[in-house]
Amino acid sequence: MSLREKLASGKFVVTAEVGPPKGVDIEEMKKNAELLKDRVDAVNITDQQSSVMRIGSLAGAHLVKQWGLEPVFQMTCRDRNRLALQSDLLNAYVMGIENVLCLTGDHVALGDHPDAKPVFDLDSVSLLAAIKGLEQGRDLGGKELAGSPRFFSGASVTPCAEPLEPQIIKMEKKVKAGAQFFQTQAVYEPRQFETFMQSVKHLNVPVLVGIVLLRSAAMARFMNTNVAGIFVPDALIEEMDKAEKKAAKGIEIAARLITEMKDMCQGVHIMAIGMEDRVPAILDAAGL
Amino acid sequence: MLVSEMKPLEEVLGYLDGEGKVFIVGCKGCAEVCQTGGEPQVLEMKQTLEQQGKTITGYTVIDFLCDKALTKLRLKAHEDEVMAADSLLVMTCGIGVQATAAVVDKVVHPACNTINLGGARGEWRGSERCRECGDCLLDMTGGICPLTACSKSLINGPCGGAKNGKCEVEPEVRDCGWHLIYERLKKLNRLDKMREVLPPKAYSKMEPPKHLRSTIMWALEQDEKEEAVR
Repeated sequence: MSLREKLASGKFVVTAEVGPPKGVDIEEMKKNAELLKDRVDAVNITDQQSSVMRIGSLAGAHLVKQWGLEPVFQMTCRDRNRLALQSDLLNAYVMGIENVLCLTGDHVALGDHPDAKPVFDLDSVSLLAAIKGLEQGRDLGGKELAGSPRFFSGASVTPCAEPLEPQIIKMEKKVKAGAQFFQTQAVYEPRQFETFMQSVKHLNVPVLVGIVLLRSAAMARFMNTNVAGIFVPDALIEEMDKAEKKAAKGIEIAARLITEMKDMCQGVHIMAIGMEDRVPAILDAAGL
Repeated sequence: MLVSEMKPLEEVLGYLDGEGKVFIVGCKGCAEVCQTGGEPQVLEMKQTLEQQGKTITGYTVIDFLCDKALTKLRLKAHEDEVMAADSLLVMTCGIGVQATAAVVDKVVHPACNTINLGGARGEWRGSERCRECGDCLLDMTGGICPLTACSKSLINGPCGGAKNGKCEVEPEVRDCGWHLIYERLKKLNRLDKMREVLPPKAYSKMEPPKHLRSTIMWALEQDEKEEAVR
């Protein structure tokens, strides 16, 4: 069953993340993918995450598919104009890639090529609309396609943003433009997530709650200061601080968060950020 | 110099839909030269809108709307008329619209598109910026330009990158443009504007129009020739 079919059937789905390497040595990426195979329903392939130049998500999604996993092809609007984005969507379809996650993308100023020209010709909303257009047989120029693709398109949302209302307004626009599922930014506060889920109930769209695996108290503090929409409560930071075995504690916290939020949403999206080998242990502890 | 041209009347009337009372603002600077927002155009607009059943609570034509302090003072003299209106219609470049929005807590609509001159820019000292995109969106965004206020020039709302109202690019100094737009639309009770899905921008309109480009080139060449003679 595909991700689309699993979500439609009401199954609680699990997705994780694989980041392609900077360079052409794909051994570690393959090893991580193998670890996740048979444990997750799909893997997201990040699109030059944090604006750091590396193998792209299209090639990454193609590889992961060859290795027997279902890819979610992440697409940001940072590096490609509307021609390149639409062309890559057609490329993805002919490679058998069905799931696309539409993102704005980090600014180039955050990455390792800060002098690059940022593109942002489309935004996440108009990219979703472009996909819908291609599915209906027309490109953004209004020209007819010889054979139209079909995608399962998703988007992201930040449930712990402050203020929350602009995020919800944009989420509504994404649904209107064609988003069929959401994977969220990391959540560490189940009560806040519950409030968020209540306020987007009317959208009737599956939401996969985002979990970022904690490595240390320092990492949590760093995210609190530097990463938008992420807030790790003091109690969790203290828990990490006091723990002797940081890896085991991070796994325990992730599993606990999943257990607490499982009944509020339709799935979980685990972002292990380089610690993919710990994902199976999180799933074991969460009983998934 | 900033070159503006009138938006189609239907577009302007669309902005004013549901608003009966309007205050009109013109400018004796570039907009007068472009014949978009000088006194004759303001009076013509007043007449047109009255024919459409609108009440014009007042109008003013200010010397250089981009001078925000002056704009504030001059509008102060019309305070009653401005406050009696549902909205202000500003018949100038994008800077004038944003300068007006910055000094009045009222809905501000642009009546013009600012087109690209391909070189010479207007002079202003405020934080407003106009990219001369040729298809002004200020009506949708509470008089704050998303192309210049947002580091990614997003037109459909904020990305996930802002923290505490600050942009992910230079968070120490840069506000999130969409946070400003959201706060302003909320204050004006016009968040419905933010809910509209906007199609991709026509970036072709950002190029200087052919006729204008040839005129500027001609002017520059003339200037060079004269300099050589001197």
